[in-house]
Amino acid sequence: MSDSTDRSPPGTPLSDEAIQQGKVLTLEWPSSLRYAWDTGVAIGRFLAELKNGRIIGRTCHKCERVLVPPRMFCERCFRPTDGWRFVQDSGAVNTFSISHLRWDASRIEDPILVAVIEIDGASSGGFLHYLGEVKPEEIGIGMRVKAVWKPPEERTGSIRDILYFRPS
Amino acid sequence: MPTKVAIVGVGHTTFRATSPGLSYKELMFEAATRAYADAGLDPRGEIDSFLTCSEDLAEGTSIFDEYVPDQIGGAERPVYTVGGDTIQGMATAYMQIASGIVGVVAVEAHSKASNLETPGALHAFALDPVFVRPLGFNAHALAGLEASMYLSSSGNSREQCAHVAAKNRRNALANPSAAHAAAVNPEDVLASPPAFEPLSDLDVSAPADGALVIVLATEERAKKLKRQPVWVRGIGWATVGGLTAADGASAAYARSAAEMAYRMAGIRDPRREIDFAEVDDTYSFKELQHLEALGLFGRGRAGPATAEGATARDGDLPVNVSGGSLGVGQLFEASGGQRVIEAVAQLRGEAGPRQLKKTKTGLAQSWRGVPTGTGAVVVLSRE
Amino acid sequence: MRRVAVVGAGLTRFMRRAQESGTELSWLAASQALASCGLGLKDVDSVAIGSAPDAFDGVHMKGEYLTPGAGGWGRPVTRPYAGGGTGVLMPIHAWHHVASGLFDVCLVVAEEKMSTCHPHPQGAFVTIFDNFLERPLEPNLIWIFALEMQRYMQTYGITKEEIALVSVKNKRNALDHPSAQVAEEITVKDVMESEVMVSPVNRLDVSPVSDGAAAIVIAAEDVARRLTDKPVWLDGVGWNLDTAYWTNRDLAFPAYVERAARMAYKMAGITEPRKQINIVEPYDPFSYKELHHLEGLLLADKGGAPKLTADGVTQRNGDMPVCPSGGLLGVGNPIAAAGLMKVAEIFWQLRGEAGRRQVPGQPKVGLAQAWGDLMQVGTVVVMRVD
Repeated sequence: MSDSTDRSPPGTPLSDEAIQQGKVLTLEWPSSLRYAWDTGVAIGRFLAELKNGRIIGRTCHKCERVLVPPRMFCERCFRPTDGWRFVQDSGAVNTFSISHLRWDASRIEDPILVAVIEIDGASSGGFLHYLGEVKPEEIGIGMRVKAVWKPPEERTGSIRDILYFRPS
Repeated sequence: MPTKVAIVGVGHTTFRATSPGLSYKELMFEAATRAYADAGLDPRGEIDSFLTCSEDLAEGTSIFDEYVPDQIGGAERPVYTVGGDTIQGMATAYMQIASGIVGVVAVEAHSKASNLETPGALHAFALDPVFVRPLGFNAHALAGLEASMYLSSSGNSREQCAHVAAKNRRNALANPSAAHAAAVNPEDVLASPPAFEPLSDLDVSAPADGALVIVLATEERAKKLKRQPVWVRGIGWATVGGLTAADGASAAYARSAAEMAYRMAGIRDPRREIDFAEVDDTYSFKELQHLEALGLFGRGRAGPATAEGATARDGDLPVNVSGGSLGVGQLFEASGGQRVIEAVAQLRGEAGPRQLKKTKTGLAQSWRGVPTGTGAVVVLSRE
Repeated sequence: MRRVAVVGAGLTRFMRRAQESGTELSWLAASQALASCGLGLKDVDSVAIGSAPDAFDGVHMKGEYLTPGAGGWGRPVTRPYAGGGTGVLMPIHAWHHVASGLFDVCLVVAEEKMSTCHPHPQGAFVTIFDNFLERPLEPNLIWIFALEMQRYMQTYGITKEEIALVSVKNKRNALDHPSAQVAEEITVKDVMESEVMVSPVNRLDVSPVSDGAAAIVIAAEDVARRLTDKPVWLDGVGWNLDTAYWTNRDLAFPAYVERAARMAYKMAGITEPRKQINIVEPYDPFSYKELHHLEGLLLADKGGAPKLTADGVTQRNGDMPVCPSGGLLGVGNPIAAAGLMKVAEIFWQLRGEAGRRQVPGQPKVGLAQAWGDLMQVGTVVVMRVD
């Protein structure tokens, strides 16, 4: 049996230049895939309430949890969730980060501040969102925050109807 | 002796052209709820493993398996995805059970085709990016090429394909869970607008939405449950090239999968031993092609047999009594599952207006669609 | 239960950009794996293909596209998928094939060609996030790692310097791996001074984007013993997927890794993992993940993995070598192939065939683990030689 290190493994590395200077034949295909997802009952209501400036969750009476983001099923108990429950638009930072990269890996000057917010009234955690009106070095786990909303006429029923959470 | 594995529960939503009120998660939850109620099992304690059958780009979400566990009772459990159709998922479940590592496995598949605004773009993405995609062919055109090759080499006729389309769309009238049932005759099919030579619109199945869950278990576990088990006597799957397979368009993948399934099931004379079949009919000609590949009819014989009514509900070998994809709707990876669900209903005597008299052994077969040469076969029986 | 072994392995180079197509990469790894145990394609009963998101290669139903290069033409082929966990899910899925009695030999091929995605593969990762609640926030993949790293550090009082030792170790180990893409000698200071991408993650805390393929051959006991006098038994397999609602979970501890590990340990008869596992290849896409996963694998106390690293326990000549291959941080990260590379490493190490990377002491029991999805998947295999 051969020693795994006694051979040069196959594979031909290419440099950026090889592509940019056309040293290898390339083919391009733009992605034109488009989707329009049905939000369903739970997320449909969640987004509608965001438009109203409110955060809503679902309750499971069996495990006694308030679930945010809401879902029509309790994944712990495997049963339908029981009812709607409005929760606060305030909470605490569960964890946070300061991003110098955009979604496409390009670098940005003004960092994006992101966090998982534990929403007051929800049993455990909450959702991902931005932090604002705070300096990166001031952010800490456990910091109390409150949502800053878009003006009502600008809301569309999106997670971005909340602009960010700021220290409260 | 192959391990005895049974289907102990099935559940599904209705299959409809659109499902606007419910998200895919909510569809999956409904199907899972029904399946576990049918089986009399609590997924949180009594199901050992979960498998879902999906492809990212059909969903519009990468690493789609992230989003499956919660609504099927699989959170914090052994769960993974099979990038294949439902019957391939069932084969994986079968192997898990036969290995002894688990006793009960749930297999899920669904379609939210209505949420895909660009089906043509999705099909194009499946084509070889260097040799085929740049030609700009639509997936249906490739099926048309295969249909021409098949008809000319098998001797079956285009008119006989129209009989398949009419039969299956009409059969779906008796299926409350079908999206494209229609009272059409072969003449209507032939007169429908041309799609891709030699196919017309009504020869091509349209998409539908829906979700389904199938629960499999060991013999020991099956015997303790309330429902009469439906036994997986044999299961097989294969990939044998696609359009360029140079096999006279004979669906070699179906032949290969059937060989494996028949061998496991101890079936020597499929035509005699199989009472009914649910086979892929994404395009009408595929039903004929698949029936011949499965050894249920000789080469060039499936067409005439269909025209003579041999595969009608009251025929000698009923095929696609559920309506198939042409009548129910094409359900992405759940299409094969829809066939299994029909077979289970027939074997349990629960097919209502579609109930066949002779149902001891049934066959369900799947194909993953253009441009694949991949399909699977499962033989199910009451004992 | 039928005993199942790994009998052969193959690996391509890991590269930022390969000239080879995905199918060609698959063929290179698959043919190498077969040659390594003297088998031909005719000896293969079944094939399992692993590859992470189709969005990278730009081909829908990617498994179908790769099949001819992976030896699947004319055979039963399936594609199991668990995001980043795929590389170690592959041998588990193949184990089912052989342990079930349906097949004697399963060829397992993992491939990734991330370079196809332009302008940068990282952009494709936005599609792994929730379509309604997260994608509109335009997240970068690194965010979730940074959020988890932050929580892990704060919960146990771990410093970036302690974590940086993992990058130093693995990139140095990788200098001895012929497939390595990013092997180099660096210091903790280099890591701390590398550019901040998404704090607390610096550039040298992260594994690269890669193209590459890996393959292994799995066989039933009687076949394995005919092929080799050193079959590496797959004695334990475990896999577990946590809830998709990752923002409802405490990220400080990977519970899904613990559950997968317990499943594998139970099957392998491992009751004291820290004592009984000789060599470990946990998934290390980021430096802190090696530590996080060691704790999930019950090989270190919660918050205790950094001390093992600092004490040299996890060096190749330490008491419990971790990532002797150089891991993803050093060898590269062509997602599915990276996980399978770890399985190949344990295979070679247990047979004494790891050359300059060989850990001393003739290890008998090894473990490979992969992770994936939204901080969700644990896949674990326990491997043994007689």
